[in-house]
Parts: sequence; structure tokens; C-alpha cells
Amino acid sequence: MKLFAELIKTLDSTNKTNLKVEALASYFKKAENVDKVWTIAILSHRRPPRPINTTVLRSWAAELANIPLWLFEESYHIVGDLAETIALVVPASNESTQKPLSQFLKEFITLKKKDDQEKKSYVLENWSKLNYYERFVFTKLITGGFRIGVSQKLMTRALSKATEIDEDILAYKLMGNWDPDTITFEDLILRERPEDFLSKPYPFYLAYAIEEEVSGLGNVKEWSIEYKWDGIRAQVIIRNKELFVWSRGEELVTDKYPEFRQFVEEIPNGTVLDGEILPFPEGAIGTFNDLQTRIGRKTISKTLLAKTPVILKVYDILEWEEKDIRTSTYLERRKILEKLFLQYNNHNTGSNKNTLQLSERISLETWKDVAEERAKSREICSEGLMLKRNDAIYKVGRKKGDWWKWKVDPLTIDAVLTYAMRGHGRRSNLFTDYTFALWNRENTELVTFAKAYSGLTDAEFKQVDSWIKKNTLERFGPVRSVTPELVFEIAFEGIAFSKRHKSGIATRFPRILRWRQDKKIEEANTLEDLKAMIPSSK
Amino acid sequence: MLTPLLVFNENGIYCEAADVYIDPWRPVNKAIISHSHADHSRWGHKQYITHHTNIPIIKHRLGEINVSGKSYDETFTINNVKFSLHPAGHIIGSSQIRVEHKGEVWVFTGDYKIEDDGISQVFEPVKCHTFITECTFGLPPFKWEPQELVFNNINTWWDTNKSEGKTSVLFGYSLGKAQRLLKHLDSSIGKIYTHGAIENMTEVIRPMIDLPDTTLITKETKKTDLLGHIVLAPPSAHGSTWIRKMVPYVTASASGWMTFRGARRRRAIDKGFVLSDHCDWQGLLTAIKATEAHKIICTHGYTDIFSRYLREQGYDARTEKTQYEGELTDSEVDKADGGKS
Ligand SMILES: [Zn+2]
Ligand SMILES: [Zn+2]
Repeated sequence: MKLFAELIKTLDSTNKTNLKVEALASYFKKAENVDKVWTIAILSHRRPPRPINTTVLRSWAAELANIPLWLFEESYHIVGDLAETIALVVPASNESTQKPLSQFLKEFITLKKKDDQEKKSYVLENWSKLNYYERFVFTKLITGGFRIGVSQKLMTRALSKATEIDEDILAYKLMGNWDPDTITFEDLILRERPEDFLSKPYPFYLAYAIEEEVSGLGNVKEWSIEYKWDGIRAQVIIRNKELFVWSRGEELVTDKYPEFRQFVEEIPNGTVLDGEILPFPEGAIGTFNDLQTRIGRKTISKTLLAKTPVILKVYDILEWEEKDIRTSTYLERRKILEKLFLQYNNHNTGSNKNTLQLSERISLETWKDVAEERAKSREICSEGLMLKRNDAIYKVGRKKGDWWKWKVDPLTIDAVLTYAMRGHGRRSNLFTDYTFALWNRENTELVTFAKAYSGLTDAEFKQVDSWIKKNTLERFGPVRSVTPELVFEIAFEGIAFSKRHKSGIATRFPRILRWRQDKKIEEANTLEDLKAMIPSSK
Repeated sequence: MLTPLLVFNENGIYCEAADVYIDPWRPVNKAIISHSHADHSRWGHKQYITHHTNIPIIKHRLGEINVSGKSYDETFTINNVKFSLHPAGHIIGSSQIRVEHKGEVWVFTGDYKIEDDGISQVFEPVKCHTFITECTFGLPPFKWEPQELVFNNINTWWDTNKSEGKTSVLFGYSLGKAQRLLKHLDSSIGKIYTHGAIENMTEVIRPMIDLPDTTLITKETKKTDLLGHIVLAPPSAHGSTWIRKMVPYVTASASGWMTFRGARRRRAIDKGFVLSDHCDWQGLLTAIKATEAHKIICTHGYTDIFSRYLREQGYDARTEKTQYEGELTDSEVDKADGGKS
């Protein structure tokens, strides 16, 4: 634990990627194998389930710090991170632990089954025996969500540096389902065993957004154009008569999408497809909001299945006839994919045929045509276009050059600032989390429609912050209502009707585009204006 | 009911009985000034009264002003109201201001800390009925370590950077923090270079305290001269073109805000040292208790939270709006030099 806490401290104390990689690599060289496995698990979000709920943790911390619970909560709100708050408020100890990281995590697993009194004495004892960083890490491991600016990719690079195993191979090994409690470092990283690879997906190739003029990409004929869909990027694997569905977060989600079970019969063994899971209500592609009803549910009811079925829009094929074909060119892979679909459509004449769909390749003559096609994206619930170089191999991770996403410009609307909350952590001293409202039909009342907390410069945030402090109407805990006076232009990616929102409308990725200091609140838009932006097809 | 001895009006903290202001934020006739940070000592008053060690500093900041100096514990009377200054331990020349009239005693802290920093006159608790306190760090997560430990860490950091062939750039506010850092840097490790704003302020303070030698960075200073040495710079120099001269360098900031892991990251500073010229949570509570005051008025900082806690502890506590850097002071690291706190 000592070594791991020091690693976290070092990672925390630098913003430079190469220093982070170095720190991780040197950790991977020094640490015990069993701790390494846990470190990899933690940094790839594979913690054991949370042994203690955070509500009781908060009250124990407040008790140990000898402060009332409300004061602990206020502190937490300002610090922004629960584990950090706890580590700060409980009495300081300069002791340090000799217990290995793996031991702590094994204790957490057994702790989950114990009663509250046992949990409490375990936690309190550790809080008072660990130094600040160990205390922070200990609590962080209990509460989960270790965000310390280390992506899986960065960790893989460091591991590669320490083990001298190729980065791509490591990325492949680390995917899928493995249990840090039972697997050894030898098995996870060092040894190669073919049967382990049955369910393993390939690392996704991800595109960057294009920032320059598309004409700079050269001859349009060298590029394939497809729609960009807003669903869940996924890999569908059929091997040895088994189906595995992986989402991009590297989660096995096979059971969540029973629609795909049929693929086992319809797609030959040794096939891996890359595509997007999309909602398909009423026989057409729906919005991300439709998909929300399916995400996060483990068991899917028949009604839901009938109301919001999903389909797989297939972009690419990575494995064919049991062979990794990622190093073939895009066009070669596409040819195989088209052949696969020909077979699929010949064999499958049933109503389920729609469940597997080939992503359309749009043939266009000029970049101007491409731009015109992009402008139409929103009408079909697409987010824009994907541009893929015909001779590109399927790479690992986010890479520039061969794949670009070219999204449609965001929708925008002018809204009134109505509530503000202090930023978390990063901006804990400023009011930077805002709620925005639009006028109702009669122009008499402002109705909340979105929250946004990014898009202004630091200087603007400061200015708005000081305005908020002077124009607070009421306080509700951390939230303040403010005099309706400031107008902001809000941008968002998508829009749909929603029963879960007070306004009846859900927007996707709302953010502040700019502060309209030139506008009075009477000039802000109405909910009706917003509704008019919803694509008419839906 | 009589008017309270001190009231908070649009100009500042006002004593009607004496017709005098304390740390006013708008120009007034007569002002008693706690210390020379810009939010407490503004330009434009007709007459300034402050501690005599603060006179060269306030003149450096505000130019030629009409100012008279007092010693600590020296009582001076204005219209039958007795005033005296008492050490606040915040920065050199900083005072608490005691006001007594008809047996009633109020104390205004200005900014203060209770730890002995080795350069400011150490904070002395003053008994009073009403205590007007800042609470910049009035929240339980703020806990300072003894400065000896912090300076050990700073010197170790410098030494490590030196062994890696890098220049250390340490940010600290030019009045107060910079001299405190300077006083405790281990000059056996290397030379101490300064930014102009810090050099000028330090020149003003040198006659009053013993400080290590510094070298001003000028156009003639070469990159290679700086390697392995330390540079003291105001926070505003972070990200400026001036600092590019130091490459290869590592940066650090010394401030109470460095308590938060996010605070350092968000400023893209390599290292944060938790070191403040304000009280931490426990420091505030200790100081308040020592005054034996029952009425507490909280000015700048986490005022709402802090006063609520005090009320629960049985104090008659409330907050007052001031213009001492708004609700939360992030100025030690954020504001351009010449700034506040
Ligand atoms: Zn100050
Ligand atoms: Zn102040």
C-alpha cells in the first residue's frame, strides 16, 4: 500500500504524461506481482464491489473529526472528492502501513459481508493508522472512482515499458473479464493461453474530430464516407458458437441486448464486428434518449424490448474466419463485410433481419457534396459523418490521420441563468455550475431546461461568479437561485422529447457557447423554439 | 439601542463615535489600516494610521500618503475612543485593531495567523467583547503543518531539482509570502533569484529583518546562470513569457489553497506546498476562544459555514459583507501582483 500511495502521490504531483508513465513503469518494476495485478485492476476500473456505503462513511468521518455532519457535507461539497475530504478532516496521523495493497483489497472483499459495527471499527482503525496519502488512497479504494489522470492507455504504455511486452498485445490482454482476486500477474500479463482469448475483444480504433478544412484531406475518392451514429460503440464476437458483446468502456454487455442472441446462428464462427448499438423504436433509428431507457438495466422486460428494440449498425469487421484481419485495408475489410451481409440477408428473411444492419457507405464526388450530406445528418438522427481512408488498417486507440469524425454543428439557443452551484473540486471556490431556463408559451414563466458547467473562460467564470454572489435570491444548501438577468447561448448536440425532464425535452451534451451580454432576458428563447428543433421524423 | 461601536457601511468598517474607518474600501478622511495587502489598504484616504513598521511598505504600495505610525500596545485616543494596534502575525507590519469605548471592547483582526513565521511579530490574543475575524480558511479540511516541516519539504524539493539539473520556480505573493519563503530557504543549496516585484518589495523590508541575499533577474541574466538555483516569483508570473527564460524548470506554489489536490492541477503547477499566512480551521477556533469574546463577526472567507458552526458552539456569531476579496480569497495564487488577501 505504501508503494501504491506513493505512486498516487507522484502521479498527482505532475501534469506531464511522460513523468506519469515513468512513475508507473518504475512502480511496475518495484511492486510485488500480486499488488501489480490489483493496481492494473484499479486503474482499469475493476475494483471489488464497494464494501461500505458512502452515507455511513461520511458520518463516521464526521464523528472522528469531531464536527457536525452538515459541516462535513459542506466541506465535501467544497473539496469535491469524498475520499479527499475524509483524508483531510480526520485527525492527522504520520504513521505508515506495511500491509500490501492486495491485502487491503482482500479485506474489502470480506468486509462487505460484515455488519456495520465491524465495518466501522475496521475503517476507523485504518484511518487513524495511515498517513495522509495512504488514508486518501484507502478511502478512495472503498468509495471507488479512481480518477487520477491515468487512462488505461497510459497505464498500458507504462506496463509495456516495465515488461517489454508490446503495448497492443498488453491492451488485448487487459481487455475482457478477469478477476484480480484470482488471476496471477503471470497469467494476466506474462503467459499466453489461447483459450483465454475466446471472449476477448480487440482494442477499438477511435477517431478524432476534424478541425481543419476537409479539403485538406486530399482526394475525396481516397475516402469512404459513412454516417456517424450516436449510440453505444460495441464489438460483437462470435467464436466457438458463443456470442460476446463488448461496449467501448470494455464492459461485457451481452446479456443486456437479447436481440443479438440470434447472431450465433446467423454469423459464422470466428467473426468479430465493430459497430454501434442503436435504438430502433417504430422501425427507425431513434435518439440517444430512447437508448437511455435500455442502458443501466440488467433485466429487460418484454414491454421495453418491444417498445425500444436495438439494432447493431456494423461499421467494420476485425476478425473473419478466425483470423485477425485488422491489418487489411479498410476497403478489403469492407468487401468481406459486404459478403457477410449478402450471406446474412440470404439466410435471414424473418422479421429480425433488421437487427444487423450494414453502415451505409455514401459515395460522393466532391468535398462540397460531403459537406451537403453532413448538413442533412440531423434529420436522420445521425451526428454527422465519419471519414475513413480507404487504405487504412484498423489501428489501436485514438489515432489521427486515417479516421476522422465530422460532426454537425451544435444546435444553439439563448437561455436565462436561474440557478448556480459551486463548482466541484477544480473550481470549488467559484459558482460555475449553472442551470438555464427558457420562457413558457405565454412568456410569463421561466422553465428549467438544461444544466451546463463548461464553455466560459476563467475570466468570465470569475465575472459571473461575482455577479451571482451579489444577485442571490435564495439559498438551497449549495444551490442559489439568482435574479433572472443574464442570458447565455447554450449549445447542444442532440435533442429529443423526454418524460424525465420537467421541460419535456432532453438535450445532449449542453454547454455554454457564450455569454450574451448584449441580450436582455426578454430576448431569450422559448420552450416552443426549442421544441421546433426536434427533428420532425420523431 | 445605541449604534454599535463599529458598523459596516458602504465605505468600510466605521466607528461613528470617533468618526474613523478601519480598512475602508472607499476613500475616507481618516483610516486605520491593519496591513498593506491591497484589499485592506486602499488608495485615496486623507489620513492613514498604521503600525510604524508598515509605513515604508504602505508608502511603497501607495506612494506619498499622509500616514502616522503607532507601536504595538500604544493607546491613541480619537474623540474619547481608545484605539490600539496588536500583532496579527499575518505579514510584517500587520496589526489587529482594538477599539474601546465606554467599557466596550471590539477587536478587528484584519488578516492573521497564530503560528510564528519567523518574520512577523507573533499574533497576540486580545480580550474583547466583539471579535471581527476573517475566516479565509474557516473549514475543517484546512490544517497547517508546522512551517518547519513545510520548509524542509521546500528545500528538499529544491535540492532534488538541482540534482536533476533543473531550475526551481517558487510562486508566492510578493508581500509577505515571498519574504517568509526567502527567510527559510536554505541558501547553501544555491542562489536565490527574484522577480522584480518581489525584489522591490524585499528591498523595502530588508532594513527591518535579516534576509538572505537575492539576485534580481534582468535582461542580462543567462539561462545557464539559473540552472539548479531557485527563482522566487509572484503567482502572476506563471505562464508568462518571462518564465520561459528558466527552461528547464519545475514550478511550485506555496499557499493554503494547495490543500486541495485539484487546486494545484488546475493551475498546472508541478508541486504544491501548503503554507498560508492565514489561520487554519483550528487556528481560528483557538484564536476566538482566547479573546473570550461572545460576539463574533465573520468577514471574508467561508463566512456562512464558519459562523453557523460558531453559533452551534454557543457564540453569538454572524457574517458581515466586506470588500476584502469577496466571499472566497483565492488571491494568493490567482491575483496579479499588487493584489489582495
Ligand atoms: Zn492580507
Ligand atoms: Zn484579507
